[in-house]
Amino acid sequence: MSRVKTLQSLFKRYRRPGDIVFAWVVLIVAVFLLSQLLSQTQWKSGGKLFAQPRFWPGLSLILMTSFAALHLFGSALSERLEGRWREIGLWIASIEYALWFVVYAIAVPYAGYLPTTFAFAILLVLRAGYRSVRALFWAGVSAIVIVLLFKTFLQVKLPAGQIYDSLPDGLRQIMLNYF
Amino acid sequence: MENLLAGAEMLARVDVMIALLVGSVGGVIIGAIPGVGPAVAIAILLPATFSLEPIVGLTMLLGIYGSSMYGGAIPAILINTPGTAVNALTSYDGYPMTKAGQARRALSLAYSASFFGGIFGILCLILLSPVLAIIAPMFGSREIFLAALLGIILVVLAHRGQIFAAGMLAMFGIFLNTVGLDAVTYTQRYTFGLSFLSSGINLIVVVLGLFALSQAFFLLTNPDSSPDAKPVSGSLTAGFKELMQHKRVAGVASSLGVIMGMIPGVGEFTAQFMSYTYAQKSSANPDAFGKGAPDGLIASEAANNAVPAAAMIPLLALGIPGEALTAMMLSVFYVHNVIPGPQLFQNNIDLVYGLYLALILLNVVVICFLMVSTNLLTKIIRVPTRFLGVMILILSFVGVYSLRNSLTDCMLAAGFGVLGLILKRLNLPIVPIILGMVLGGIMEVKLRSALPRLKTPLDMIDRPIAMIIFAMILMVLALHLRTLIKEIRAHQTDDDHDLHDTQMR
Repeated sequence: MSRVKTLQSLFKRYRRPGDIVFAWVVLIVAVFLLSQLLSQTQWKSGGKLFAQPRFWPGLSLILMTSFAALHLFGSALSERLEGRWREIGLWIASIEYALWFVVYAIAVPYAGYLPTTFAFAILLVLRAGYRSVRALFWAGVSAIVIVLLFKTFLQVKLPAGQIYDSLPDGLRQIMLNYF
Repeated sequence: MENLLAGAEMLARVDVMIALLVGSVGGVIIGAIPGVGPAVAIAILLPATFSLEPIVGLTMLLGIYGSSMYGGAIPAILINTPGTAVNALTSYDGYPMTKAGQARRALSLAYSASFFGGIFGILCLILLSPVLAIIAPMFGSREIFLAALLGIILVVLAHRGQIFAAGMLAMFGIFLNTVGLDAVTYTQRYTFGLSFLSSGINLIVVVLGLFALSQAFFLLTNPDSSPDAKPVSGSLTAGFKELMQHKRVAGVASSLGVIMGMIPGVGEFTAQFMSYTYAQKSSANPDAFGKGAPDGLIASEAANNAVPAAAMIPLLALGIPGEALTAMMLSVFYVHNVIPGPQLFQNNIDLVYGLYLALILLNVVVICFLMVSTNLLTKIIRVPTRFLGVMILILSFVGVYSLRNSLTDCMLAAGFGVLGLILKRLNLPIVPIILGMVLGGIMEVKLRSALPRLKTPLDMIDRPIAMIIFAMILMVLALHLRTLIKEIRAHQTDDDHDLHDTQMR
């Protein structure tokens, strides 16, 4: 009995709600990836084991699966914590902001960097719960400063918006190059 | 001396000076705002620096890296919220000092200890350089492979209490690095027939997702708050005088920072904990620790600020990054075809000395800036957290999209952002994934190039340095096993402490 207790206390650790769900997901992903090893990598005949293209993915996935199993074991042996599903709800809620980011990335080549950044800064600030004119003002100013810094001064490679093509000649060139 | 002058000549340019100023002042501000941190800032700025010359880009990133911990001490001391993760121990004694009406003294001590640690680290780096120039060429493929392996083992073992998670994430990082077309055999690995995976998963996309986007999602999904730090009055220079009364603690803490910084996979956290423990154990008044002990504050700040210079040693001499920030800097070297490693000391020694001098200058710039701007910084850190989240999200786009103008990269980064958020919520480490990606790539390349010279496995360690690193690996594993056995024994007595040991067998 004392040995079981020792084993438990050795694996027990500080954790947060949702840890066991994460542990299960990682283990399932690791096992799935490992099951694909033969179809997703090749073995070159005549080559040494360590030089095989299959060696490093195989080794890393075998170790990842082993560690994931031990992590899950540790999580299962630790005390159950309240708030597991609330925590997972929060993880899922974060996907909304990931989608905001992707939509922003889709919009830039069409609507242009400056207008998209300005619009997204205002919309996101509103989504984040700010309603004051001050917050909206600073969001707009920050968006313009970001565009000026990266696109105008540092000339970071970002696509010019298709919408700029409809602008008059002189302005179009400036917008295409700097905003 | 000649090399030092060549380095100085490299720095004596307007663009380099502007980069240094922007990096160091920007780093202090970024460090002072809880919720941003140098990793987020470096990740966002990384692609922007690719178009700059290596010395300009690296100086700016180095400025952020070296100065952020100075700034991070401000909210740690004034509002008990570390600005960067590695300022955590600073708040242990800094905040009680603020509560006792000694905010100015605490800040002043933190700045002077940081400056001491920073300069100490750079001096060690400069003094070690001639030795590095001799030793570095002795590192062949085998030695670099073993050093990278040691780094992976250390990054896993350094996460005490989370070793399985750290191991799992480090292996995930190694796996991520293998995805795509294998450059030697031209075979696809884990591409699942998807063309965008053929070119592999870009390190910077992963870094931006895990560090920057995850932080944006983290701030946006949490309740809004606005740190409120009270301004301090009076001169901040008195700390230097008081530091001299604790020069033993400052010296030992800085030395530990240098040693821990040099060892891949260890870094600021371990240095800080070791020096804090040392300061407490060697103090005449150990009970005061955690209640406003100045030596505790000095130990913490001197140790973490000595790390950046020391972390440059494995990066420059061997091309092995010891933690996430130097891993990001490594990509700047690669983009400009300047390969860190033994050849760097032979072919680009002016760049190496230029970086050393930049580190000294940034410490001077930062300490001068802080002496006059601390109260201004207490106003800047009041930015509401959700607003900050919006800004990080918008800035992350520049970092991801400017890499290859790829929407797929943005989607991948968003995915890694969600993964990073989950890891942050679970208090699991992110760094092992990044180091796994970088060190995994190094291990694969170096093992392959070492193979033709290996007839038996023992040939791997038949050279002195390879043998030493191998012995270090064995020692690290043995020490860990010893600690584990001690823990098991400790648990046995805890569980049944009213029984005699013999009755439990």
